[in-house]
Amino acid sequence: MRLKKLFMGMAVSVIAIGSFLEVATADLKFPMLVYRTGAYAPNGIPNADGFVDYYRMINARDGGIGGEKIVFPECETGYKTQVGVECYEKHKKGAMVFQPMSTGITYQLIPKATADGVTVYSTGYGRTSAKNGKVFKWIFNAPATYWDGASIAIRHILKQNLGNIRSKKIALVYHNSAYGKEPIRTLEVLAKKHGYKLMLLPVDHPGQEQKATWLKIRKSRPDYILMWGWGVMNSVAIKSAASIKFPMENFIGIWWSGSENDVLPAGAGANGYKALTFNAPGTDYQVHKDIKKYVHEKGNASGDGSHFGTVLYNRGLFQAMVQVEAANVAQKMHGTSKITAAMYRDGMENVNLDAKRMEELGFKNFSPPFKNTCENHGGSGLAAVQQWDAKAKKWNMITDYMYGDSEVVSKLIAEDSAKYAKEQKIALRCK
Amino acid sequence: MSVELLNFIETVLNGLMSGIMYSLVALGFVLIFKASGVFNFAQGVFALFAALTLVGFQTGQVPFSHLINELFGTKFHHWYPEIHSFLAIFLTILTMIVLAWIIERLVLKHLVNQEPIILFMATIGLAFVLEGVGDLMWGSDVKVLDVGIPSGGSVWLENATIGLASEGSEYYGMYIDVLNVWATVIAVFLVTALAIFSQYTKTGRALRAVADDHQAALSVGISLRTIWVFVWAMSGFIAMVAGIMWGTESGVQFSLSLIALKALPVLILGGFTSIPGAIIGGLLIGVGEKLAEIYIGGLLDIGAIENWFAYFMALVFLLFRPQGLFGDKIIERV
Amino acid sequence: MIYKETGQYKSTYQSDHAIFPLMQDKVAFAILMIIAFFVVPFVVDSYWEKAILVPFLIYSMAAIGLNILTGYCGQVSLGTGGFMAVGAFSTYKLMTSFPDLNIMLIVIISGFLTALVGILFGLPSLRIKGFYLAVATLASQFFLVWLFNKVPWFYNYSDTGQITVSERTMFGIPVTGAEAPSYATYLFCLTLVVVFGFAAKNMIRSKIGRSWMAIRDMDIAAEIIGVPPLKTKLSAFAISSFYIGIAGSLYFAVYLGALEVTESFDIMAISFPVLFMIIIGGLGSMLGSFLGAAFIVLLPILLKNFMVDLVGLSAVTAKHFEITIWGLLMVIFLIVEPHGLARLWSIAKEKLRRWPFPY
Repeated sequence: MRLKKLFMGMAVSVIAIGSFLEVATADLKFPMLVYRTGAYAPNGIPNADGFVDYYRMINARDGGIGGEKIVFPECETGYKTQVGVECYEKHKKGAMVFQPMSTGITYQLIPKATADGVTVYSTGYGRTSAKNGKVFKWIFNAPATYWDGASIAIRHILKQNLGNIRSKKIALVYHNSAYGKEPIRTLEVLAKKHGYKLMLLPVDHPGQEQKATWLKIRKSRPDYILMWGWGVMNSVAIKSAASIKFPMENFIGIWWSGSENDVLPAGAGANGYKALTFNAPGTDYQVHKDIKKYVHEKGNASGDGSHFGTVLYNRGLFQAMVQVEAANVAQKMHGTSKITAAMYRDGMENVNLDAKRMEELGFKNFSPPFKNTCENHGGSGLAAVQQWDAKAKKWNMITDYMYGDSEVVSKLIAEDSAKYAKEQKIALRCK
Repeated sequence: MSVELLNFIETVLNGLMSGIMYSLVALGFVLIFKASGVFNFAQGVFALFAALTLVGFQTGQVPFSHLINELFGTKFHHWYPEIHSFLAIFLTILTMIVLAWIIERLVLKHLVNQEPIILFMATIGLAFVLEGVGDLMWGSDVKVLDVGIPSGGSVWLENATIGLASEGSEYYGMYIDVLNVWATVIAVFLVTALAIFSQYTKTGRALRAVADDHQAALSVGISLRTIWVFVWAMSGFIAMVAGIMWGTESGVQFSLSLIALKALPVLILGGFTSIPGAIIGGLLIGVGEKLAEIYIGGLLDIGAIENWFAYFMALVFLLFRPQGLFGDKIIERV
Repeated sequence: MIYKETGQYKSTYQSDHAIFPLMQDKVAFAILMIIAFFVVPFVVDSYWEKAILVPFLIYSMAAIGLNILTGYCGQVSLGTGGFMAVGAFSTYKLMTSFPDLNIMLIVIISGFLTALVGILFGLPSLRIKGFYLAVATLASQFFLVWLFNKVPWFYNYSDTGQITVSERTMFGIPVTGAEAPSYATYLFCLTLVVVFGFAAKNMIRSKIGRSWMAIRDMDIAAEIIGVPPLKTKLSAFAISSFYIGIAGSLYFAVYLGALEVTESFDIMAISFPVLFMIIIGGLGSMLGSFLGAAFIVLLPILLKNFMVDLVGLSAVTAKHFEITIWGLLMVIFLIVEPHGLARLWSIAKEKLRRWPFPY
């Protein structure tokens, strides 16, 4: 019995420690909800490595942000919403910003973080209408939203067809979840505007088996395919497209469907596959040199360091950079290095990453400039198209960064956020 | 022939091919259930584990390297450059045999005569253990698996069928994935080998004896435990084959373990205790779900119905034959 | 010594058939209830509420439901996730269609709606048994999840199929939505679990419960002695689904607040874990449902906090170990005590009768 009591005591104390341990730290806390296990781990790992390496570099090179060290406890979610809730509750005390890394967890955190006063930054994912800062005070999704992405993809197709896609058939292959359904409304509105025919093809989680989908595509021969996929679904789709000999240059993925993991398993067949992106691939940037120098050569690389310079790793760098920059801005605005979560939000809302600032940060030409404002939490909405070169095993940028159809998108965002504001009885800000 | 008819044949053919892929997973379930009455939910994770091990051996990855590096700050990753696939497959088979032996020793031995649901639960526990150990050993990155099996659309079939359509209509030829054709060949080979083995060898006959009646088998001097290790090793081998096939298609990663869910409707349709049932059940499910997805789904504009449709199909069959198509008849006495 | 029953005589059938026939049990239960209702609400913080207590209570509810079906009536079901989804979406539809309806009422109506769906999907059980039935219930799981994902009416035509709860109050205090205080959500769930827990316990001890058990132990024999299989099995499906529906309703309205059907009600997220709960806890035991839920909810958090915060492993390695240890513990438990934690508890009680004196 004594043993049992001891165990019980231990159990309770462990949980207690778990919930109170975080109070003591005075540094800037950027908790990370990562998924290095489970069905989406192959995507989660490089992304998380980018974050960790960047934070470590900032701590090593600059001694933190304005003298305050960054702490970045990792919490493993396995891409599961319930675990995400636990992680959030565990780390919210003193946290500056959460990067949920999953559309499901983002939706989950939007009301909670708003009530608790913690910033949520969902970089190019999550709820699109969170771009409207008037309704979503604490939520940011710069630099681009899914609806921007959908309209940019259509713009790219328009350009290739000299502005006329009236007779074209465009298929959307999407992950059958909230994430995958995001672009449907936009694509439907755009279909009315430009006169193309839209074909919707959902793929269930995890997407290992897509034979029926691709038989349908083979039968109905769409001119273009757009893809909103994630995890194993991407590589299977790209492989299937290659094996039915779909012209790969007419196959365009969203920015989450365009990493090395997605195209490498398809081998030579993936050559010519396109994906949107808001950050450049490669390792030729100042920030990479700094990471090499301050982190990798010291033997502190996150993981085995093998993801250095991949698309998702670089996106991690970008996401971490924006989060750090927001802290910088907040410190300047409020004249103190010890910022609170509320001050941090002000910083995030006033982030202005123009070309000059990007260069200072070592991100010259790495991604398009953007700024947040009180009304606009979604940045510039710029994205470019990159294309996979299977022989050289690298992504090449083939277009400039371009805007989506802001007329259509902003109308949709206004509608959706107004609906949310009404449902949740939120008073509008920024008057 | 009209294009519609050709498309229909194409759908059926592809359904059959998918069905074979499901059967490969279902076979492992059936073997174990027949010999030991265990509904082994870990079969999917078996496939993942085998595929991970295979890639690990092939590329010379150091097992547990992430863990060792984290604990001791070392930088181990690989200990030899790539080796030939056949050697890697051989090493994987050895690993699966050892695994079967460990499972018998540590788990099955202690759970003899428990209720089926308890055994089922234990295999789920086993699935978690293997998943965790697999991750610890080889990492959870996606890995490219290539043992030299060709994949991609068959050009030959496309060219051969392109002329079949009636004059003037637009037709592109029939599509079939070469990888699936190979899977079919291997499945046929496996089943034949299994049949010959269980008919004509001593161990095979012992196996059937155990499947028929544990106690009678024991009383004529057949060692149950040896047979169990044997059966689990064999289904480990089948899991490896399934893992290779599925892994070649999608890369080796956690999602591979979820193929078990695809095999369940096949099992209830074909019956838990029948090897031909697993094959025919797989074919029926494969064809049924593809036809449903393309024709019913396409007609009513409702996508992604194939997952539940497979279960519904199996359910309807069950209402007429509660023990599956080829399952042993359930005899109830008071 | 402390667990001595000598001297406690029963002079009426009523006292002999009480839920807690022993004085010690009565006292222990009373203390537990006092702590749960009058102490915990004052000390609970949002971590304990959101990560531990509320999920524990909700899973207990679901486990009671499944235990009625599987533990007492012997019908193995893997459709729990689908039925919880019915509860959640009924709640969402009721909330948005009737803005003035009381939340307690909404939760209970959701339970009834789920019961109706449960009867429908219970029909095959009249013919199919054992593992065949278990796999067949997966049909309902996949179908229901697909339905709620596909038909926009269920999520009020929102773009993504996400549903978000709006604020509802009990006695002027919000119990749903992000502004709800921790004690309110906790008490709301606790009350429901206690009330329906007692209801279930009493149902099991009455005629309907005995007929479930008769069907479980041998259905043909039960039929011969006059227990109608159709009515009994379907009533088990209905009542079990009612509980699971309430659990689903709370899962959405109180616990998560916003969810998406494919992910939150995935078979791996709900159906299997709840089945583990009743098996680890003890099939056919009320106490087992609670112990199992506690085990499944607490253990991963415990292991994680232990390995990450105390041992200092990285989050990912800790997770890998967590999965491994978790599976190992499950196997060990099944080997050591296949009848679950509830059985361990009753063995402990046996031992306590003479402890600390030697035999």
